[in-house]
Amino acid sequence: MLELKNLVWKVGRDVHIDDVSLRLERGSLNVLLGPTLAGKTSLMRLMAGLDQPTGGQILMDGKDVTGVPVRQRNVAMVYQQFINYPALTVYENIASPLRIQKQPSAEIDAKVRRAAALMKLTPFLDRTPLNLSGGQQQRTALARALVKNADLVLLDEPLANLDYKLREELREELPKIFAATGAIFVYATTEPHEALLLGGNTATLSEGRVTQFGPTPDVYRRPHDLVTARTFSDPPLNVIAVQKRGSRFTGPGALAFDAAPAHAGLADDDYRIAIRPHRLSLGDGESGASFEAVVTLTEVTGSETFVHADFGSDRIIALIHGVRRMAAGDRVRLGFDPSHVLVFAGDGAAVNAPVALAA
Amino acid sequence: MARIRLDHIRHAYSPELAKAGNYALREVDHAFEDGGAYALLGPSGCGKTTLLNIISGLLTPSEGQVRFDDRDVTTLSPEARNIAQVFQFPVIYDTMTVRENLAFPLRNRKVPQAEIARRVDDMLKRLRLETRADRKARGLTADEKQKISLGRGLVRSDVNAILFDEPLTVIDPHMKWQLRSELKELHREFAMTMIYVTHDQTEALTFADKVVVMYDGEVVQIGTPEELFERPKHTFVGYFIGSPGMNVLPCEMDGDAVVVAGHRLALAGGRANTASGARIELGIRPEFVRVVERGGGLPAEIEKVEDVGSERIVRARLGGLPVSAIVAEGQPLPADAALAFEPGALNLYADSRLVERTGGRA
Amino acid sequence: MEKTWNNKAWFFVLPVLLLVAFSAVIPLMTVVNYSVQDTFGNNEFFWAGTDWFTELLGSARFHDALIRNLVFSAIILAIEVPLGILVALAMPKKGIWVSVCLVLMALPLLIPWNVVGTIWQVFGRTDIGLLGYSMRALGIDYNYVQDPIDAWVTVIVMDVWHWTSLVVLLCYAGLVSIPDAYYQAAKIDGASRWAVFRYIQLPKMGRVLLIAVLLRFMDSFMIYTEPFVVTGGGPGNSTTFLSIDLVKMAVGQFDLGPAAAMSLVYFLIILLLSWVFYTVMENAGRDRAVKETAE
Repeated sequence: MLELKNLVWKVGRDVHIDDVSLRLERGSLNVLLGPTLAGKTSLMRLMAGLDQPTGGQILMDGKDVTGVPVRQRNVAMVYQQFINYPALTVYENIASPLRIQKQPSAEIDAKVRRAAALMKLTPFLDRTPLNLSGGQQQRTALARALVKNADLVLLDEPLANLDYKLREELREELPKIFAATGAIFVYATTEPHEALLLGGNTATLSEGRVTQFGPTPDVYRRPHDLVTARTFSDPPLNVIAVQKRGSRFTGPGALAFDAAPAHAGLADDDYRIAIRPHRLSLGDGESGASFEAVVTLTEVTGSETFVHADFGSDRIIALIHGVRRMAAGDRVRLGFDPSHVLVFAGDGAAVNAPVALAA
Repeated sequence: MARIRLDHIRHAYSPELAKAGNYALREVDHAFEDGGAYALLGPSGCGKTTLLNIISGLLTPSEGQVRFDDRDVTTLSPEARNIAQVFQFPVIYDTMTVRENLAFPLRNRKVPQAEIARRVDDMLKRLRLETRADRKARGLTADEKQKISLGRGLVRSDVNAILFDEPLTVIDPHMKWQLRSELKELHREFAMTMIYVTHDQTEALTFADKVVVMYDGEVVQIGTPEELFERPKHTFVGYFIGSPGMNVLPCEMDGDAVVVAGHRLALAGGRANTASGARIELGIRPEFVRVVERGGGLPAEIEKVEDVGSERIVRARLGGLPVSAIVAEGQPLPADAALAFEPGALNLYADSRLVERTGGRA
Repeated sequence: MEKTWNNKAWFFVLPVLLLVAFSAVIPLMTVVNYSVQDTFGNNEFFWAGTDWFTELLGSARFHDALIRNLVFSAIILAIEVPLGILVALAMPKKGIWVSVCLVLMALPLLIPWNVVGTIWQVFGRTDIGLLGYSMRALGIDYNYVQDPIDAWVTVIVMDVWHWTSLVVLLCYAGLVSIPDAYYQAAKIDGASRWAVFRYIQLPKMGRVLLIAVLLRFMDSFMIYTEPFVVTGGGPGNSTTFLSIDLVKMAVGQFDLGPAAAMSLVYFLIILLLSWVFYTVMENAGRDRAVKETAE
């Protein structure tokens, strides 16, 4: 188990990591989700021992490893760029960590061939990385991380430079392959969709802080605060400022709807509600909660339509099933179910998670 | 602005390769209409970048002609073709301010000062960069820099087309949405021919009116996002577009029906005319596969359910064949499951190509 | 908060510290020691205080040599930097000619200083040297032994010949690191050759140019061997630079005290000017560096 306790990393006056505490279990897959510069790479470098924290502790299986340099930790790392030894064959690239460990060559051969088979690299073992496609190069780097049998495997946006479809394939294979090794996996990504597909646990990062950590679907469905909800939403989350009076929420542009049972007990106050794009539908909505917005753009993906619209000063994105082409300037009524709404207090903290999402 | 005509273009990177029949671009014969928004979509190595470079003039094709309206521009350089291009990594002039960056192409063309000031101010407003106008361009974020590279093309009135080479690669997901929608709005305002190269289906489908899908040096289908989704002309298109891609199941013909994994399925629409000996496959998108109680369809084993937030992806096996289905968030899944295919959404393929059926779609 | 600091690393640094102490610090201290004393040999020393410094800083001989040095460095930079950039721009970026050019450029750098001096000394002689003889044959009055201007021209040409390729190589390294997309974008924007240089190549070469200017400045300010071999500091004192003067004083006249004082002042001047150059150019390139690390 890898445990981070109140980790802080500052360089001069810049705070890169701000009081991060996490517990990562063996055999688990942990996603670090956040935009560029949120601190994903910094956190991984601290975990690996490439940088030393300016505060806090790192424990590996209960042992303090805070000052221990990377060479003495059993860590493997894969980067966004395809990093291989250009002069070595794929075989030797995969074998390199084992050669450093001075393992007997029969054992090396067996491990290399097994990893190559898992990563579908068997036909390319004699080639050098520069004669491979991007996907195969990254598979080589992944295979090298795999044979090392490390306690901690860090993957820093490993699929970001690959084609969309290749990404889909590897994303499905990776958790399966790595789960078998029993190591702790940490996977950084900027894409909420990727986090959901990988499953496991997710830690959302924003400005050097972990805003929430838990099972991936949980973090997605029950964000503790607005920052987490926004980080974990693609397309961007729709946020509208509302007031609660009695059992009703009222908002800009004659928006008014009855609070869902889960929200009925909230005190009268100003709140912000967040509605995920796929929770919006055309028309009045089943519960009559709806608002009228002005279309700025429609994007058709073939089976679905993204409707971009202005609602007062807010930009709304709705994901509508089917193909609907609308002209800019058209007025459109968007409905939603009040029980699917996330409600946040003035300070951004979630006040009550919707119950209807238990399924 | 111009209509761009690619007249039987073929390209090989050396004469030897051409002689060996090894073409990076096998044959493209297509016209990009004036003012359209097009996407070139395909995996790496499919020839889309080669094609883009032929349009922009960075490459001269081994065979065929490129024409802008009626003018043959095959051997002209990019600047002579009046093409603007936005690259994968933002290209900005570090030492200049945002305003100077936008004015640069106009200054080079000796446009009068007053005219430059007017057009640059207008462009700053459209790109929503007014507040950044007098800052040095190097301090900006990646998406702002990409807007500047785009602005340098839009600010010229003589541009025939704007080409995009995977312009959103370095942009964060949240900014991608905004930048893409701003790009669409700009396209509507300027009505300029835009050609957008990408491997990302969402980008291609949402940006373009017409998507050109390329595979292995060839154009396999040109169509609207709906056409590509509903009637992929090639199994590759079905696989490449959609996430997960179309289920492609080997099958056999049996009169008006097909046999998949031992089950007979009637085909809607007319009789399929397939050559004997052809490899027959059935295509069905996961969106049109329903998971039902045993008895309601073809019996199948559910292997895995992936929760992707807004919906769930069910990975099942039908006989030995893997089938994916998309299921809504709240819908319960039966323990003993069967798969039901929406009849109108079935597509039949012979040797990977769509079999057109007489009688059309039901 | 508890933390175990590992101090083993200092042991690895120790040999280097000792080496630096023996090779730099201790000799420097000796020089400092000499500079405040007077000696007539026999290891007898008399305290002289700051006398040597006062005398030196007021002496016309020192002033003249310093001015000569400054003028020389200025001329060297003014010629070698633009010339180096021009040659780097003209070099091919791809193909077999790249390595041919690189080897040609590296050749002068491989020749030792005194050999360069000797080559030019012979080359420029009016009786047997190819250059001197041809000049004379063409009716140009050229004689570096007698004419101060000819002597300067000879030393400068020699330095340019010897060191411009260093600037070329550094600039070339900066140029090849510019992605093709920049050139394509500039073409599309209709940029002239000059605009491409001014807005793309020059900014991207900024950091290597800084190194080139610093190296060439320090080196040219410390020039010794070439003028010593070719002109011996003459005719008269016209090519007597600080370093030559220093050696004349210390070795020729055995004035160890004044020579030590002079070498200290000399050292401080180089340090100061290098710092000024570095700060000025670094400030010019500051934002760019910030941007590059941020990406």
